[in-house]
Amino acid sequence: MSTTHDHPHAHHPDHHLPSNYYEKLTTAVIEILVEKKMFRAEEVQRAIEKMEERLPDRGARMVARAWIDPEFKKRMLADGSAAMRELDMDPGDMLLTAVENTPQVHNVIVCTLCSCYPRMLMGPPPAWYKSRPYRARVVREPRKVLAEFGLQLGDDVTIRVHDSSADLRYVVLPMRPAGTEDWSEERLASIVTRDSMVGVADVRLTAP
Amino acid sequence: MSFAAGEHVRVRAMFPMGHVRTPFYVRGKAGVIERVVGRFDNPEQLAYGRSGDKKMLYRVRFAQRDVFPDTPSANDTIDVEIYEHWLEKA
Repeated sequence: MSTTHDHPHAHHPDHHLPSNYYEKLTTAVIEILVEKKMFRAEEVQRAIEKMEERLPDRGARMVARAWIDPEFKKRMLADGSAAMRELDMDPGDMLLTAVENTPQVHNVIVCTLCSCYPRMLMGPPPAWYKSRPYRARVVREPRKVLAEFGLQLGDDVTIRVHDSSADLRYVVLPMRPAGTEDWSEERLASIVTRDSMVGVADVRLTAP
Repeated sequence: MSFAAGEHVRVRAMFPMGHVRTPFYVRGKAGVIERVVGRFDNPEQLAYGRSGDKKMLYRVRFAQRDVFPDTPSANDTIDVEIYEHWLEKA
């Protein structure tokens, strides 16, 4: 990294200074590419903003639509990316795979190798999703991990862990809670949480 | 070698250096092809800036108990995406 600058940089007051090898490498590569005018610092910033402005409420809209429209649900389970486009959401090159929770089957998502996550649908993953304990333990002892999230599943429920090890990204279609039969799509979307779409929670009307 | 959904496969117990996307915990383990995903550039080449050869990608479903024998639930599963060159008939 150079220590003197004759060009303006985007200022990140909350960002700590580069502390390890890969952070320094990343910063150095960005600086070189900016200096060589491959792109501008503002463009990097805009790309980060674009990633972070995607919020789980997009996923919640998709879930609510699947709850009220059985034909949409079929299409979503067949091709999640196409279902996103139907709702005017851009999946980019993400191959979204939706997995459905039922009274018999509970799905949960992880990326044991890194932090693959349906970012184009739900934005950046939560910190715990990227943590080593979650990634290591949810494949090894999923029932215990889910219980720690407050989700107790009976022995009659099969747990399916999905490890996003390659090109697919996953979203869980949680079960629609009883008592919401006459709810509007918007109201349904308001109760769908991020954690329920990762599979570490159910959608509930009231706290347990 | 190509596989069809429902076929029994085993993940090769290989331990190459460098970037691979086959998690350690399933190497040498047997499972069933859950679905054929399609052909993708091999990430083991892409990681080093080479153009990747197209490799068939499969979703393989493992019984939790076959991967971690001390787990209590017989029906629980782990689905992992695995490239063709890591699989052999079981």
